[in-house]
Amino acid sequence: MKHLVVIGAGMASGRVLEHLFETEPGAYRVTLFNAEPRGNYNRIMLSPVLSGEKSYAEIVTHDDDWYAQHNVTCRFGERVVHIDRAAKVVRGENGDVAYDKLLIATGSAPFIIPVEGHKLPGVCAYRDLDDTETMIEACAQNAKAVVIGGGLLGLEAAAGLRLRGMDVTVLHLMGHLMERQLDPAAGYLLRKDLERRGITVLTEASTKSIHGTDHVEAVELADGTVLPADLVVMAVGIRPEVTVAKMAEIDTGRGILVNAQMQTSDPDILAVGECVEFDGQLFGLVAPLYDQAKIVAASLLGEDAAFVPKELSTKLKVTGCDLFSAGDFADGEGRDDIVFRDPARGVYKRLVLEGNRLKGAVFYGDTADSNWFFGLIKDGTDIADMRETLIFGPAFQGGAPEDPLSAVAALPRDAEICGCNGVCKGQIEDAIAAGATDLGAVRAVTKASGSCGTCTGLVEQVLSVTLGDAFQMPAAQSICACTDLTHEDVRRMIKGQELKSMEAVWQECGWKTSCGCHICRPALNFYLLADWPLDYRDDPQSRFINERKHANIQKDGTFSVVPRMWGGITNAAELRAIADAADKYNVPTVKVTGGQRIDLLGVRGEDLPAIWADLNRAGMVSGHAYSKGLRTVKTCVGTDHCRFGTQDSTGLGIKLEKALWGSWTPHKVKLAVSGCPRNCAEATCKDVGVVCVDSGYEIGVGGAAGMDLKEIEPLAKATTEQEAIDITIAFVQLYREHARYLDRSYKFIAKVGIDWVRERVIDDLDERAALIARFELSQTIYRTDPWAAHVDEQAETYHPLANLTLEAAE
Amino acid sequence: MSNWIDIAALTAIPQRGARVVKTAHGCVAVFRTAEDQVFALNNACPHKAGPLAEGIVHGKAVTCPLHNWVISLETGMVQGADQGQVTTYPARVEDGRILLDATFLRTRAVA
Repeated sequence: MKHLVVIGAGMASGRVLEHLFETEPGAYRVTLFNAEPRGNYNRIMLSPVLSGEKSYAEIVTHDDDWYAQHNVTCRFGERVVHIDRAAKVVRGENGDVAYDKLLIATGSAPFIIPVEGHKLPGVCAYRDLDDTETMIEACAQNAKAVVIGGGLLGLEAAAGLRLRGMDVTVLHLMGHLMERQLDPAAGYLLRKDLERRGITVLTEASTKSIHGTDHVEAVELADGTVLPADLVVMAVGIRPEVTVAKMAEIDTGRGILVNAQMQTSDPDILAVGECVEFDGQLFGLVAPLYDQAKIVAASLLGEDAAFVPKELSTKLKVTGCDLFSAGDFADGEGRDDIVFRDPARGVYKRLVLEGNRLKGAVFYGDTADSNWFFGLIKDGTDIADMRETLIFGPAFQGGAPEDPLSAVAALPRDAEICGCNGVCKGQIEDAIAAGATDLGAVRAVTKASGSCGTCTGLVEQVLSVTLGDAFQMPAAQSICACTDLTHEDVRRMIKGQELKSMEAVWQECGWKTSCGCHICRPALNFYLLADWPLDYRDDPQSRFINERKHANIQKDGTFSVVPRMWGGITNAAELRAIADAADKYNVPTVKVTGGQRIDLLGVRGEDLPAIWADLNRAGMVSGHAYSKGLRTVKTCVGTDHCRFGTQDSTGLGIKLEKALWGSWTPHKVKLAVSGCPRNCAEATCKDVGVVCVDSGYEIGVGGAAGMDLKEIEPLAKATTEQEAIDITIAFVQLYREHARYLDRSYKFIAKVGIDWVRERVIDDLDERAALIARFELSQTIYRTDPWAAHVDEQAETYHPLANLTLEAAE
Repeated sequence: MSNWIDIAALTAIPQRGARVVKTAHGCVAVFRTAEDQVFALNNACPHKAGPLAEGIVHGKAVTCPLHNWVISLETGMVQGADQGQVTTYPARVEDGRILLDATFLRTRAVA
């Protein structure tokens, strides 16, 4: 068996080995050198590792088992010191290995600006897992990071560090961010987007030196500005790593020179990836690397294949930043621009035409059609006939919106679907023909949509086009496996057919299970009690433990107890009672919550009724900190103490909390009232936020600061306090009656539209009154303190059914 | 040899609910289904030891309250894509009373 030696375990060489073992498993035995003390992993996923969205284990592409299974000798953590081409021997730090074929895949090295101080601890590149770990270790709340370089990598680093709580500044030498991929207008939108996340961006910023004695302390710019820094990340570019190749006297330019078969000047030595130069080009994105990997495998097996570089496109992998760039968009003779801007939506689209061909495209904020445009660029399609409507995308070509699938159906077999993994439409079709009939199977066989996932929709469309009716697009999702109906279907049936019990719903809607499951039962329980407060009896067994026991379950099975503090106001007696309870029940942690209350963490389940009884005696009731219901109404001090306060915002907060508490809702509901636009109560990211102004009350809805960060949408302006309370109650009731279970208010509004809400809650005064009346009716039943009720009637159920410890010990 | 002992009335557990029985070796969760069958399982999910007695009971299964693993009350096997098994103990209902087999409860440390 011939021997292949590979230097470098990066993404390109990993893919070469896969192709090699798949096509002809017995052709080579392999020795794999890697300077990093680990094997192949998915480098483009380092950003999610940095931001904490993924762990290192999740991005490993080849593990020890895989290497063992394919008989790969791994020499990780060992550098190659010499290549003897005459003797065909690679010399590692721990000894020689003879080769028949050698593959150099040394990748690239980050470029470090050699300014004063660049070697200080705390200065790092962003290239491999060690760098990522250095950055993660440096992360501390409010610690300062300076990222030098506003390109793809630098911005992904900045976003990741920001997500970990760092105070981040990006320095960019050019006039706008990502200038190689974006034009100035898109660069401006990107900058605004980053600044909204709390990242400071300085353009035309040239680094002069890095200060510090035994650790980095600050960065000084050419204009004299000094930025304090605990961490400096250099992401200013990469250059091919050619040291090993030069030692062996292989021809190099900027990179290792290769032909279309990926052979170097020595035909027994091949090279692949970021270390190569082909036809004057260097390669930094992953798609061409994977193309090269196929060619290398073919060359090693003596097959005929030639590498052809393709047009490339770029997407920024920062969650929530929709950005796409492809082709060439420099100004030039004979070039025209078509530009579309929608400032309110933050959308910018620019197409660059030369004659009747599309040359480049930049999209920001709406990248849905980017693949279609990318196809036009790659294929050089004549766009003369659709020039007028081209900017509006494929749906507007030919007069009427066409079937979105026809565009996918029309793609040729070599059209790229998954950029990360270099998977084209033909490979997906082949996988489907071989029996992969759903997304998961296609992903397993081809890797398409398996990395960043932005092409998932496209892969589904290819499935749909190929399989026709045999493929069910997962569009209208049923509640759970117990039914084919959606949440909306079931809510309609409950109202329309007057279904007033769980059993009635199961029967009339054809449930497939005897008594539902943990997904549908809590939803049905809420729908029934929201629609039929007088007829339906709440089912505790269909509630999640937090609501069944009126306390938050913690990871060790203990609970947390949060008494209500109306509008965030408390007094010495209440604080004393909380302190006494903490002592008496050995509460390990007492914490002030984000919602202006006090959390007693670590209470044993069987102590709950007793601690509640104690707190009840001091006048406190359950804070519903565990419920899909009203949580808190956050307030500032308003006119009571503040020199800017315009209204009695604390008083209004207390009134709102007393009106709404105890009401069950589709998801948690949080409110805040700020006394002036300085917004100390952070009212602009709540489900309902009231900002008091001199002339009255500005009410916004649909804000959130959880899984998604949402600013409220303005709903109305009220002139009196009572009107503000009425509008709030009417909105909450509308949400109760129409939202699907576990949708926060912003998701509900996104589905029905703010205008639909406004028509019912603001414009139609009769409807507003009716909503309030239905809410009040429900509150006559549900506005009770569950703590008191459980202390009186159900304390027994919090204790063990029996205690056999003594008997069993006999 | 079985050694059935009377634990409590069936009605002490709500339908589709559970309560725990303390033993010298830890807690056992006793479940009552909608059809009034009872099952006894170790009160710890094989995933992160979530207290199964606090979960939602559906059919002859319980969903762990911490991370939604679904466990068969009959076999203790974890359902779906997850892996694992919870120890089960003999349990039955007689004349409206819940009976557990004390022999098994005592030997659980060995099992």
